[in-house]
Amino acid sequence: MPRLSYLETLEAESIHIIREVACEFQNPVMLYSIGKDSSVMLRLAQKAFHPAPIPFPVLHVDTSYKFREMIAFRDWYTAQIGVKLIVHKNQEALDAGATPYKLGTSRCCGFLKTQSLLDGLREGGFDAAFGGARRDEEKSRAKERIYSFRDTRGQWDPKNQRPELWNLYNGRVEPGESIRVFPLSNWTELDVWEYIHAEKIPVVPLYFAKERPMLQRGDQLISPELDIIPRLPGEKPVMVKCRMRSLGCSPCTGAIRSEADTIPKIIEELISFRRSERENRVIDFDQEGSMEIKKREGYF
Amino acid sequence: MATLPAAPAFSIEQFLEEERGKDLLRFTTAGSVDDGKSTLIGRLLYDSRNVYEDQVRSVTKASVNRSAGPIDFSLLTDGLRAEREQGITIDVAYRYFATARRKFIIADTPGHEQYTRNMATGASTADLAIILIDARKGVLPQSRRHTFIASLLGIRRLAVAVNKMDLVDYSESVFQEIREAFLAWHPHPEQCYFLPISALEGDNVVERSARMPWFQGPSLLEYLETVETGAQDAAAGQPFRFPVQRVIRPNQDFRGYAGQIASGAIRPGDEVCALPSGRHSRVRSIATFDGDLEEACAPMSVTLTLEDELDLSRGDMLAEAPKPPGAAAHFETRLVWLNQKPLDLKRRYLLKHTAQLVSARISAPQRIDVQTLQSAPAATLEMNDIATVEIETSKPLFFDPYVRNRITGSLVLIDVETNATVAAGMIVRAVAAHASKPSGPVTTAERRARFGHRPATLFVGPRESLAAVLERRLFDRGCMAVWMREATPEGLRALEAAGAIAIATSPEPLDLPESDARAADILIERLFEADQKFEKGGGI
Repeated sequence: MPRLSYLETLEAESIHIIREVACEFQNPVMLYSIGKDSSVMLRLAQKAFHPAPIPFPVLHVDTSYKFREMIAFRDWYTAQIGVKLIVHKNQEALDAGATPYKLGTSRCCGFLKTQSLLDGLREGGFDAAFGGARRDEEKSRAKERIYSFRDTRGQWDPKNQRPELWNLYNGRVEPGESIRVFPLSNWTELDVWEYIHAEKIPVVPLYFAKERPMLQRGDQLISPELDIIPRLPGEKPVMVKCRMRSLGCSPCTGAIRSEADTIPKIIEELISFRRSERENRVIDFDQEGSMEIKKREGYF
Repeated sequence: MATLPAAPAFSIEQFLEEERGKDLLRFTTAGSVDDGKSTLIGRLLYDSRNVYEDQVRSVTKASVNRSAGPIDFSLLTDGLRAEREQGITIDVAYRYFATARRKFIIADTPGHEQYTRNMATGASTADLAIILIDARKGVLPQSRRHTFIASLLGIRRLAVAVNKMDLVDYSESVFQEIREAFLAWHPHPEQCYFLPISALEGDNVVERSARMPWFQGPSLLEYLETVETGAQDAAAGQPFRFPVQRVIRPNQDFRGYAGQIASGAIRPGDEVCALPSGRHSRVRSIATFDGDLEEACAPMSVTLTLEDELDLSRGDMLAEAPKPPGAAAHFETRLVWLNQKPLDLKRRYLLKHTAQLVSARISAPQRIDVQTLQSAPAATLEMNDIATVEIETSKPLFFDPYVRNRITGSLVLIDVETNATVAAGMIVRAVAAHASKPSGPVTTAERRARFGHRPATLFVGPRESLAAVLERRLFDRGCMAVWMREATPEGLRALEAAGAIAIATSPEPLDLPESDARAADILIERLFEADQKFEKGGGI
């Protein structure tokens, strides 16, 4: 028997985790962000239970500021693989006019992502939620467990995490408490793309380079597709060949200039220029350790 | 530094092909506070070009608060605010990097005494450990603790990196003295690769150092890229073990058992034995999303269908029929206590082993002194204690000793009140049933088990000298033997009830040799023949 490659090893580990959660929790849900990591996670869930269907729903926390192509892809792909989709919005905050321009990125994320996520989990009564986060994404994530315990307010206490040994996960929670589960913990960005390539997993077309109208602001390329984006005097979109390295809300996710219009080209780009993928997220830049603070408050 | 050959034209197809051939090495790092672990890992990542530009920018910004040269490599790994503020590593951090030859996962664990639990956590999934030793300080009690934990958790490959060589003038004799001191305590040179490094200066981390021409071995990274830990081969070479995680039953026509192969390999047609039922069947198919497989091996996650309807459920195990695992509810286990709340021998704990969650009670803790490796009985266990204990479970577990199988030999204990994971266990062996501690009055069978013989009364005729020799012979063999000089029927009955071999003189001479020694031999032989027949007849 040939030795397993590293991707096969990672796949086997992730499937084991997904099955454990489905067996040990009453009511799990998979967070679905529509991005590449979510796509991989969904494929692993299909593999874990084949030939049975995925035995839990997926939850999309919709800020209403996502790219249109993301929403179209979400509706098409979840229908195609036959998984139940739940969409949750913080309608109250949206009605009150929450935008990153009025509130600042950090408070806007707090209302539309963190708060909305916690509400969505509570409304569904979910005791476990899968997330596609990887430990290589950001420094505070490097210390995250695969089963990350959250108290009744969904908060993370990094100094009081459960020790996690071998493949023995402790999923014991009291009513109201929950576990966030990260089956892709040990994957890197490169691993994710190589797996998508090897498995031919569909992803949102925004990942591929093409000529797009963009607002150019300093180093950042911002999509003008949403009306809420304020225009500077005389500012007009210009056509730029670009792509998204990670997907988020349209006003806060910058594009990168790129010629990569296939997955091998994306991989080639990734290994030739080394910039960590969250760099083009405006949200992490606010302050040193900002991801840790958001996670303590209940963010993924 | 060697001159680089002209780079061949990059081909993405070739790159992806090479990637598919790479395997994964998981390693852990251990060292005392200030041995420079975080710096070493930062250096490994940086020099092997696995650090992103913006990460370097962000740590250059952050290191203004600390004084450690132009780039403080430790800031690449100290992820939590408290860690950056205190300049120490608090929790296990996982790091990922790759070279042209291999992919790596690092479990970077803190060296403080109070964080031993983190070292055990990091070591549990690692196949190799880097033990860092400060060249100025030599082998410290902490180094021994780290080495012991690594070997306790089943790591058989150690890279012993003597760090901060720049601070001892790159002295060969300092390095050799540390090497000898280490081997004096850990006499397994075949497991160890010793090398002198300076994480801060980069000597022997990625590139071989020109400042230590007396050292000819590969750099740390070269060693990590080429070392064969044999861990996956070892797991694949063990007998087949498949803990059932979940029954997959989408319709009446399909019943599959989903799980991750813990060890060994399986093909359709192979005979398997189901536990706990002990029933046998054959594998019909190895079903996966990508189609049925001809063969599967550890650590793949698959779904097996069987020829016969065995009605298995979560927690059961499928195993190689001729080589089943142990099945027992009473074990000797090595335990690392992980929680601030000490072990309470009066309470029950939840125990997770493979896909089983059972109730467990702990007894007979023997705390191990990590410095001397001596054990001593203990009333409880505190956080970071390591001990040998006995564990009794509410249901049998299907297990192999941890030294042979890290998956079927490992367990964790969970506090039922706080739900905290309080201990990590490595199964040593099953404890024979007679050593269990039943309640209620002591039975004849228990006395028999303790004394090693059944109760009996031996009449030796009128010779008192023979009675004395017989008593001595039996007593010296470990028997509970008593010569009752003024024998009464009540007295003899009482001795028998106590499980003893009672010896008494009697008026009638027996047909025995004149020599007391020969006569005693014959009586003992008859006694134990009868005892054996008795045992074969089904015991008491």
